[in-house]
Amino acid sequence: MDIHRDDLASKTGMWLFLFTEMLLFGGLFVVYSVYRFRNVQAFHLAADELDVFIGTVNTIILLISSCTIAMSITALQRNNKKLSLLLLSITVILGLMFLFNKYIEWGDHFREHIYPGSPVLALRGQGDVLFYGLYFFMTGLHALHIIVGLGFIGFIMIYIFRDRVTHDNFVLLENSGLYWHLVDLIWIFLFPLFYLIT
Amino acid sequence: MENEKPHIIPYRTFLLVLATLITLTLISVSVTQIYLGTLTVFIALLIAAIKSSFVLQIFMHLKFENKMLKFMAIAVILIICLVIFITLLDYLYR
Repeated sequence: MDIHRDDLASKTGMWLFLFTEMLLFGGLFVVYSVYRFRNVQAFHLAADELDVFIGTVNTIILLISSCTIAMSITALQRNNKKLSLLLLSITVILGLMFLFNKYIEWGDHFREHIYPGSPVLALRGQGDVLFYGLYFFMTGLHALHIIVGLGFIGFIMIYIFRDRVTHDNFVLLENSGLYWHLVDLIWIFLFPLFYLIT
Repeated sequence: MENEKPHIIPYRTFLLVLATLITLTLISVSVTQIYLGTLTVFIALLIAAIKSSFVLQIFMHLKFENKMLKFMAIAVILIICLVIFITLLDYLYR
């Protein structure tokens, strides 16, 4: 039986979805830039409070995880199922490490009574409210994408394990990789905007 | 069927790209610790743009995709840049 399969269309569909994601975050970047222009001083001081070290560590974690998922595609294409699954497991572990660091980071903010709608934050003025509002929303939305990405990769791992994604039918793995790279791509811009530019 | 023979990127390429990306991250962290005013913003965003082009081209395989996909990706990136540019223009010179 010949089941119709169109990898190019599958991948194109994934890209179209990623474009909408790029536009979503692009819109948020516009909001961020305008508010930054209107509250230069407050954004400068608030951004200084973020921990550059933990941000850098998280950036490197995400970059490595992007590399491992890209390598898992090569492994599967070369019909090395075990290595592919191993690399995907590393990707998932790195993704969880990223989320754990985010948890530590957000936990510290919450202890200092910095969270959306916090009265302590409100006393510090409109600029700080806007900065932290955008910070929590954008990094939160990004973390949500990490969680979805991890779920996606988890499914693909089961598919590879059951030989439903194989060395001659790997477009699903490629699509999960594309999604994961997009998450990395967004972080590449979030990191300098929130942590580095002070 | 449009499933042509796959293009396989060797592990080495990915590892080299990873090394470049980490180096660029460390450069951008160290450069932004020095106060350079608006130049800091420019450098940080320039490095981010270089990093994202590596991720798009190699990790996301865009370099080896067909023309249509490349064209669409460039168009979307241009739209985002244009929207940011026009918004800032409007905001700064209103």
